[in-house]
Amino acid sequence: MSNAFLQISNAEKVSREAIPHLSFDEFRSQALGLVTDGGKIVHYFAYPDKDRLKLLAVLRTDKLFVAGCDVPDPYPSFTRICEPFHLFEREMAEQYGIRPHGHPWLKMVRYHPSYAEGAADVFGNDYSQDIPGNYKYYQVEGEEIHEVAVGPVHAGVIEPGHFRFNCIGERVLHLEIQLGYQHRGIEKQLLEVPAKRLSILGENIAGDTTIGHSLCMAQNLEALTGVQPDQGARVIRTIALELERLANHIGDLGALSGDVAFLPPANYFGRIRGDFLNLSLLICGNRFGKGLVRPGGVRFSLSDDIRTVFNERLAALRPEVTHVLALLFNAVTVRARFDGCGAVSHEDADHLGLVGPAGRASGMAYDVRRCFPTEHYPHLDIPENKKATGDVYARARVRYDEILQSLQIVESLAATPVETRCVTEGMAYDLPASSFSVALNEAWRGEVSHAVLTDEKGKILRYKIKDPSFHNWNGLAMALRDTEISDFPLNNKSFNLSYCGFDL
Amino acid sequence: MLSILKNRFEQGYKTNRYPEEQVKIFPRYRGKPVIQNNIHRETLETCAASCPQDAIDVQNQKIDMGRCVFCGTCENISNGQIRFTNDYEIATSKRADLITSGDLPALAEHAKQHFKKLFGRSLQLRQVSAAGCNACEADLNVLATPFFDLARFGINFVASPRHADGIVVTGPVSRNMKTALLQTYEATPAPKVVIAVGSCTISGGPFTGSPEITEGLDKILPVDLFIPGCPPHPMTNLHALLSFFK
Repeated sequence: MSNAFLQISNAEKVSREAIPHLSFDEFRSQALGLVTDGGKIVHYFAYPDKDRLKLLAVLRTDKLFVAGCDVPDPYPSFTRICEPFHLFEREMAEQYGIRPHGHPWLKMVRYHPSYAEGAADVFGNDYSQDIPGNYKYYQVEGEEIHEVAVGPVHAGVIEPGHFRFNCIGERVLHLEIQLGYQHRGIEKQLLEVPAKRLSILGENIAGDTTIGHSLCMAQNLEALTGVQPDQGARVIRTIALELERLANHIGDLGALSGDVAFLPPANYFGRIRGDFLNLSLLICGNRFGKGLVRPGGVRFSLSDDIRTVFNERLAALRPEVTHVLALLFNAVTVRARFDGCGAVSHEDADHLGLVGPAGRASGMAYDVRRCFPTEHYPHLDIPENKKATGDVYARARVRYDEILQSLQIVESLAATPVETRCVTEGMAYDLPASSFSVALNEAWRGEVSHAVLTDEKGKILRYKIKDPSFHNWNGLAMALRDTEISDFPLNNKSFNLSYCGFDL
Repeated sequence: MLSILKNRFEQGYKTNRYPEEQVKIFPRYRGKPVIQNNIHRETLETCAASCPQDAIDVQNQKIDMGRCVFCGTCENISNGQIRFTNDYEIATSKRADLITSGDLPALAEHAKQHFKKLFGRSLQLRQVSAAGCNACEADLNVLATPFFDLARFGINFVASPRHADGIVVTGPVSRNMKTALLQTYEATPAPKVVIAVGSCTISGGPFTGSPEITEGLDKILPVDLFIPGCPPHPMTNLHALLSFFK
């Protein structure tokens, strides 16, 4: 099939004129063709250009592609033919009032008024009422069917979201997840704030993925302005992203262990996770890496005195990590609970477009570090890490593998001196006119991506954010099908998705 | 079984001895900001203009820790005339006290005495994340790990507001979480405390200006304890809870 989409690179400046502006019919057939042939959607969003609404899609196979078109009236939904578009179309409907005709299940995503002022609300919501749960949930009918409603306020110290289970006895027939409670309006705010606030907002999209999101923002701004970080900064950023992965994966395995009532690893990993957060603090003064990554480089060096302490700590942590990993994975009771629980088939994972460890657990080898490497990753050898079974065990096992790999990466990068010229103040954000850039990174949950469009004056016209959780929440819903409701916490931890990253 | 014992032996005893002994944090940690008395006016103006959070008041030479995200931009520009010290004991009982040049009232003396009497031996808290980015939540959660071991002080996070003596709020209180937050507050039996954790909760933080959030929890609920930071270090949380209630 001929491809009318433009092939682009990760974090590369593209003139908006160079992006193919197709007729809607051609756009539709090309996009559907690419995705039904196994391509995946990185972005698909609407944006206003002067007084018109336009669509832009970034798709990936083993390469990245971009193209756009005008929004037709009426807009026929792609979802009927190709499910992976369903959430993107719902998002477009909410953000810009584009009703996808024929969408099989058109419901709100985050419950907020349309970005396009004055546009009629597709969902008929009254936003003076502040209840996002004000929505008719999917219902299963029958004599022995019962519903369980959980959230938005959960029993633990975690973010809010609503889960609605339809069960027969203990068996879950269907789980519906309604989010939006965390919506802060970031995409809209990014267009309005002064340049000095951009990085701060980027860091706070999802605090547990600070480095992942701030890398996307920095790489896009660097691509657009042509200011490139030096090699040392790339190494430090790579270390920071791997530390983020280590802390979160270790925390997740501890939480999984706690959920199957095997408490020693739960407690040890709970603390060891903190030790990795402290390594981020050692470098940049913040446990989550806030303040480290800025366009043009990093704000803190890995000077030799810091590096010495860093390596000492790593050397002390390595045996602890490997021994607790062995303790967890050699326990037959743990294995019995993890095995076969909440399996997502490769076929379902492929249809849903799962990414990150959740995707790799179901046999989807995709990893941005390997497929579209940035920073220091072109020089690193990242294995495929995919598993066949798609269950809790597979999702835990992917983390096991990645913990050992990340540990090795961090050790080897910090073994030799790293020199960088720190960026002190924010760079001047004189963005070029009518340009576009998209950046992808493999954060610990999977592919995180930001896309930026500038207008003819060099002002940001559209800032699109996508957390990996946007792809993966439906994976959790799928994992729960025909699973016992008592296994929900275990499955939920095995995905450990972001609420605020989704809600924006 | 043998490997459980072996691991237990290897792990040893990790709980810190705070408050008897201070916990040392790595030197780059940015705690309480201190503005030098004789700071050049121009320097301070440059800092104020560069501050992403607009947290610096040039006239009064003060910095608002409730807005500050402790990014350290002003420290960089001012050549150390504004410094973020290693002091993590920065919580206050009044919003106004967070606006400081470096002096903070001793929290323990400003705590409401009846709270100490009521909750000094046992304090059960319900946490509500209201659009928090999961950093504040994570650094509250970590208080339950062996290093901090909050439970040794009789303080616990509980699953229901009905079992709680107060709520700990994180996040800039999004419009979509406001009702749930207020209902959780209502469901907590009086007398109850309200604790605001993090820059977002105290002032709106990085999201200040967005119509989707509330700029300051104290606008909708009576806040008893303000714990600043982005996120507050776990030791800041621990110090605040111990000084205020013990």
